[in-house]
Amino acid sequence: MKVFRSNLMRLTRPPLPAQVKDDPIHVRIRDVHKNYGDHHVLKGVSLDVYRRKTNLIIGPSGSGKTVLMRQLIRLEKPDSGELLVNDVDFAKLEGLNLAAMRRTFGMVFQMSALFDSMTVFDNVAFPVREHTDLSRNEVRDRVMDRLSALGVAGAAHKLPAELSGGMQKRVAVARAMILESEILIYDEPTTGLDPITTEMVDDLITEAEELFGVTSIVISHDMASVVRIADHLSFLHLGEITATGTPQELLHSEHPATAEFMRASRISLD
Amino acid sequence: MTDAAPTASATPEKSSKLRAAARDAGEWLLKVLLSPFVEISALFKLLWEAVFWGIRPPYRGRLFVEAMEFIGIGSIFLVSLTAVFVGGVLALQLVDGFRDFGAENQTGAVIGLALAREVGPVFAALMVTSRAGSAMTTELGSMRVTNQIDALVTMAVNPVQYLVVPRLVAGFVMVPVLTMLFNVVGVAGAFFVAVALLGLDPGVFMDRLKWLVDWDDLSQGLIKAMVFGVAVTLIACRQGFYAKGGAAGVGRATNRAVVQSAIAILMLDYLVTSLVLGEGFF
Repeated sequence: MKVFRSNLMRLTRPPLPAQVKDDPIHVRIRDVHKNYGDHHVLKGVSLDVYRRKTNLIIGPSGSGKTVLMRQLIRLEKPDSGELLVNDVDFAKLEGLNLAAMRRTFGMVFQMSALFDSMTVFDNVAFPVREHTDLSRNEVRDRVMDRLSALGVAGAAHKLPAELSGGMQKRVAVARAMILESEILIYDEPTTGLDPITTEMVDDLITEAEELFGVTSIVISHDMASVVRIADHLSFLHLGEITATGTPQELLHSEHPATAEFMRASRISLD
Repeated sequence: MTDAAPTASATPEKSSKLRAAARDAGEWLLKVLLSPFVEISALFKLLWEAVFWGIRPPYRGRLFVEAMEFIGIGSIFLVSLTAVFVGGVLALQLVDGFRDFGAENQTGAVIGLALAREVGPVFAALMVTSRAGSAMTTELGSMRVTNQIDALVTMAVNPVQYLVVPRLVAGFVMVPVLTMLFNVVGVAGAFFVAVALLGLDPGVFMDRLKWLVDWDDLSQGLIKAMVFGVAVTLIACRQGFYAKGGAAGVGRATNRAVVQSAIAILMLDYLVTSLVLGEGFF
């Protein structure tokens, strides 16, 4: 892949061919392995991520969900396997090509990971200032536009520590979306939140998808959220995808670990 | 025969436990012996990355200014305060010692030489370590454990370039500046104690100081200060940047950063002194 650079500091992605834009599968994960010493965490994970849909990867604690997320966004390099994003193997990229390709993704971390020394406005403006030549007024307009769309414009000049968990998530989504990334990854977005905030975050994920036309990948073990928002579901168990399909299909999975997880979560689609 | 059977089966079990314990002890000893080399190689790796990313755009001037303000301007009071007392106590000791053989006139010269070559750079670096180094480790460590550094990576911003390079440059520039400040304030403190409290002649004090201390002495101190500036900021950044284990892990990293920096300052002091003087090698 060739990186388009207006200068060394501005990394931009090459335009996508029409056939890639129309491909219903946005990311193809193929046979991804990851070891930490003798500990084999991902044992050949393969799954498809559908374009402009909410794709959930669920599984019990310790199944490798966060490790898979770290490979997907290349915070770590997989030992082997392919991460085909718009037909480009993300697993093999290095240096500036990798940095440019990272702009395909926006990431919403479990604890939001907002820069605590910056205001909400500066947090959201950060990627724009780093990667574009927009004027001060253009940056302000774009940031306020995103914050307004997500209902947190009033908090623009507050520090992250002054916001509730739900508002921090909204700001994190605004920051992740400010460069118009194609794919938003959410790592355990509802863990540790109360039921009302959980529902708000679920609505936010759906809202971001509708507002910005993004593909969402949600790493979670919260089955209530799964039922509310999932278009497509993959079940990760001990480093392997054991079931994949719609929530309805997974609820009736015959795989023992998947069936046990579904039974224990006491969720029904009725 | 029947009584001997349990003994026979227990002996191999006991010896295998002993072998395992010996192997564990050996591994632990090897790890302890190798750990300084592992740490030094990690520091050089981070330094190399910082140089690699430091020469590449974008150059974020605001971050350099902020780091210099934090390390330099923020340390002025602490460095000045310690310099007054260090200069004062040096004057007290030297006047008292030199009086025994009538050489108290040399007090200004010896204090000037000691401050310029040794005391200034070492104390300035130690003060920067205690104030700015520990704060840098805590800040970067907190950013690491709350995924803020990962967030930078996902936004295609190199965290070494963004977080480490400005701090290293600030250390390299500001520790020599603080050393000069320490020298000036230290001499002032010594002058006050020697002249105002112990009755030395002010003209003689300053004349002997100017006679003995020249640019070579000051430059020796400044070279050390630059080396110390890079070393203490590099150690602080390395410990914070790779901190793990939540709040407790950040606390341990800060503790390691301060201890390692203090040791590094004293070891590098000897190394740079022998290199500059061209003697004292093994």
